[in-house]
Formats: sequence, C-alpha cells, structure tokens
Amino acid sequence: MGILSQPVGAIAAWLQALLEGWGLAPGLTKVILYLIGAGLVATLVQVWVIFLIWFERKIIGRFQDRLGPNRVGPYGLLQPFADLIKIITKEVIIPAKADKPVYLLGPIVMDAGVLAIWAVIPLMPMVGMDTNIAALYTIAVGAFATLGILMSGWASNNKFALVSAIRTVAQMVAYEVPTVLALLVPVLLAGTMSLQGIVKAQHVWFVIFAPLAFLIYFIASVAEVGRTPFDLLEAESEIVAGFHIEYSGMVFAIFYVADFLHAFTIGALAAVLFLGGWRGPGVEAFPLLGIVYLWIKAFAVYFLVVWARGSLPRVRIDQMMNFSWKFLTPLALILLVVAAVLDHFVIGLGVWGRALSHLAANAVVAWLVLQYLEHYDRARARQRPMVAQPGQYPEARPPAPVETSPETAS
Amino acid sequence: MTVMQIVFLITAVVTLFAAFRVVTTPNMVHAALWLIVTLFGAAVFYALLQANFLAVAQVVVYIGAIAILMMFVIMLTRREMRDRGPQTGKQWPWAAVIAAAFFGGLVWLSQQAALPAAPQADVPKDSIAQLGQALVSPNGFVIPFEVASVLLLAALIGAVYLAWTRHQS
Repeated sequence: MGILSQPVGAIAAWLQALLEGWGLAPGLTKVILYLIGAGLVATLVQVWVIFLIWFERKIIGRFQDRLGPNRVGPYGLLQPFADLIKIITKEVIIPAKADKPVYLLGPIVMDAGVLAIWAVIPLMPMVGMDTNIAALYTIAVGAFATLGILMSGWASNNKFALVSAIRTVAQMVAYEVPTVLALLVPVLLAGTMSLQGIVKAQHVWFVIFAPLAFLIYFIASVAEVGRTPFDLLEAESEIVAGFHIEYSGMVFAIFYVADFLHAFTIGALAAVLFLGGWRGPGVEAFPLLGIVYLWIKAFAVYFLVVWARGSLPRVRIDQMMNFSWKFLTPLALILLVVAAVLDHFVIGLGVWGRALSHLAANAVVAWLVLQYLEHYDRARARQRPMVAQPGQYPEARPPAPVETSPETAS
Repeated sequence: MTVMQIVFLITAVVTLFAAFRVVTTPNMVHAALWLIVTLFGAAVFYALLQANFLAVAQVVVYIGAIAILMMFVIMLTRREMRDRGPQTGKQWPWAAVIAAAFFGGLVWLSQQAALPAAPQADVPKDSIAQLGQALVSPNGFVIPFEVASVLLLAALIGAVYLAWTRHQS
C-alpha cells in the first residue's frame, strides 16, 4: 500500500498501527481515527472558506466594474485575514430579550448542517464515507441548516428576523421537492444512492444524460442555500438583514462561513452527482489528483452561483413559490418518469448510445416546455394586456362626494 | 464495555432527558427543539442498529417536519410563546394512570418476550436495495405501498381543493 496510490488509507493504517502499539483497543482506535478524519475534513473546509470569501468578493467586484479587494497582500489575497482579525475583536452582543441558548445554538446548528454534508462527499477514489444512502443523507442534513436559521430568527426576538425565518421555512419546503426529484435522476441512472457509486458509474458525465435535471438541481439548491436571486430570507430592502440582524462578532461570522461554505458545498455536490466527481485523466494511478479534479468542477459550479449573484435581481416571494410548485416540481417529475422509462429500453445500447438517447429525450422535453411556456405567456398576455382596456378598471369616481341615488348605489 | 455501548448509553440518556423536557418545558418553541433532540436520538439508535436508511428517513421526515411544527407554534400561540398558565389540564391524574399502565405493560412485555441475546444473522450489506425491491415486488409489499400512495395523493388533492381560491366570475 503505497502513499501515492492510497494516500489516506496508508496514513490511516500507519496511525492505527501506532495507536494499537500504545496498547489501545482496536474498537477505540477505530473511533479515534473516525474522529480525526471528521475533525480534519470539518476544519479544512472551514479554513477553505477564507479563500472563498476573497474569490467571491473579487468576482463580484469584476461583475460590478470594480477591482475588488486589492490592497492587503498580492491581489488582495490577505484581505480575508484582515477581516477575520477585525471580526474577532468585535463584541458579541446578545439582545436582552433574546432567548440566549437558542440564540447561540442557531449559527452552530446551521454550520453543522453544512459541514455534515462533507462527510459523504467522495474526495478521491478511496475516501469518503461510502454508504448506500449518501444521496438522501445530503438532503436530510440540509434540513439542519434551515433549522439553524429558524432557531436564530425566532430567538433573536426581532420581527424582521422572525419574518426571515418564516420565509426560510416556506422556501425550504418549496425547493426541497424539486431538489430531491432532480437528485433521483442520477441515482436512477447509477442504480445506487452511494455518492462514490454514482461517481464510479459516470463513464460519461450525467450532465450529458440529464442536462435538465442538472439545471433543476442547480436552481433548486441555490434556492435552498438562499443565494441571489432567491435571497428573500435576507432581503435587505424589506427585512433589513433577516435572520442575522441581531448577530455580531464571531457569532455572525459563523453564519457568514456557513453561507459561503453551503454555496461551495452545493457546487461540490453538483460536481459529484452530474460532473463526474473525482473522475479525470490519471486518477487511477494518482488518487490525489481526484481531489484536484473535484475542486475544479466544484469551483466551476460555484462560479455559476456567484455569477447569478452578480447579475440577477431578487425575485418576489410569489414568483419564487410559483416557480417551484408550478414549474420546477412538475418538470422534475416528468423528467424522472422519462428517464426511468427510457432507461429501461436503452440500457443495452452501450454507454454512449444510452447517453445520447437520454440527451435526445431531454431535448424533446426542453422543446415541449418552451412551447408550453410560450403558449402560457401568450394566453396570459391575452388575459391581462399591458395597456388598460376600456372597462378593465372601475371608472374613476368624481372627487366631490355626491348624493347616492338608487341607480348608482348598486 | 465496547465503544458502541458507551455511545448507546450516552444517546439513551440524552434522548430520555430531551423527551422529559418536551413535556415539562413551559416554552412551546423549546418543546419543539427538545423534540428534535429526541427524534435525532432515535435516528442515532437506528444508525447503531445499522439501519442506515431508517436513520436517514427519520431525519428527513421528522426533523424536516419539526420546522413546520415550529411555524405552527409561532403563528398560533400567544405573544412570546410563553404561556404562564398551568401546564396540566383537569384530567391529568387519569392521563398519568394510563401512561403508567402503558409503561408498565411495555416493561412487562419486554420481560416476557424471549429476546435473543445476539442478533441471529448479520444485517445484509445492501439492505436498502432489498427494501426497494420488496416495496415494488408483487410477492412483497406492492399493494400496501400503492394504497399508501393513493392515500397520500388523496390528501394532496384535498389540500389543493381546500386552498383553492375560486375566481369571482
């Protein structure tokens, strides 16, 4: 077992031998190794957020025709560290009427929910908890992030925070459905819910099999994270800052970290489910390359999230709800049925035949959807023309009060 | 004592304490949050029994739904969600008697039943695939599965019908 072919396995075996050499029981050693692994992953991805903050500020700066941070360090790379030191020195203010334990637990629960997803993400061919429920698990622990927002929104004892929490729940309930349905398409194509198994099944990336499912998954998970254009939970023009309005200092920073990490995590998940995960040239020989490939793909999706944030306006809440319930959910259901039925007939065609027939089916569905949307749009335009028609609105009343006669009283 | 037993004991203590707090805390939202701890403890028990799918389903269904429950609590209860009134109704002695009898019956049953000391067979490696096939196979549970689906569909249509705003025409 060489360190290059199985880096993590080799280190784990060495550590296990070391710990057992000290006279620890094998069961205890296993638990210690699990704890080390979990702590390592959780710490590394959170430290990674420092870079993500720089990246996002820089990209958003470019989108807004600015330079972004460029004073501290080369290309402003040390700016997040300066911010970090600043935020550590700030006082953590807890409102007098806040529910203190719940108030402090809120950000922790949210961050934990995001970190828990990383337990099942396959970073390399041999790494990651390889369980056959991983895909469902990512949805399950995602609920904790919502719960954290709800807890902090309620415990702040602030009406804006509470409104934000209520919006969060509505958004989560609405967008969890299309997320799960779109997630089922790669699960169906791979025949397993294990993320490692899904990556291994992608001789051809699933984004070629199911581009529409990828789009739905991407949109719905952006909405679940609460990024623009779905950032109604912190709409600063309506409810100031939403759930984190009462938070300051490091407690606020936990929200900040969780938000950035969640956005990157959906990038990693989309990469694993649709873009081949750690697959790439030379991975069989050097598994460490897998983590590089996964990171590049996750970054590509993350860039899309930032792009959307830089260029799209916020949607209204009724638009958001309609979009999920009346468009994304039915479309995802149709796609799931189409994929299931089609796959039954084309499974013997070889990898590329199967991929191309799925792609063709997706194109047909996309064309039908566009036709339907155009039809719907025209029908709506006929119903509610942009120019007011005679008789559409009640006649303007005369300004002076007039005596009501029996004829006009109706 | 193995590590698994220690994990089990810690989880059991936490779950029982949280369940106790669910019914004793005067704050409704706190009760909902303690309920989350209780349900999560149950999920940990499932995971310890290697019923991974059941554990995750527990988290998805129950803990995901708790958020909705909290919404009801926030929107339907009085200001600040802190009712200072008495926490027990008139019939609490009867409820206590029935609860005690139920608990006693459960203890008696578990004493009576001849439980095997060790599991008789290992948990199959890919239990979720077997579960999925059992749910749709004619020899398995396809009829109960479909009946449950129809029931849920009926509930869905009923909810849509109730929430339907009729256009004034």
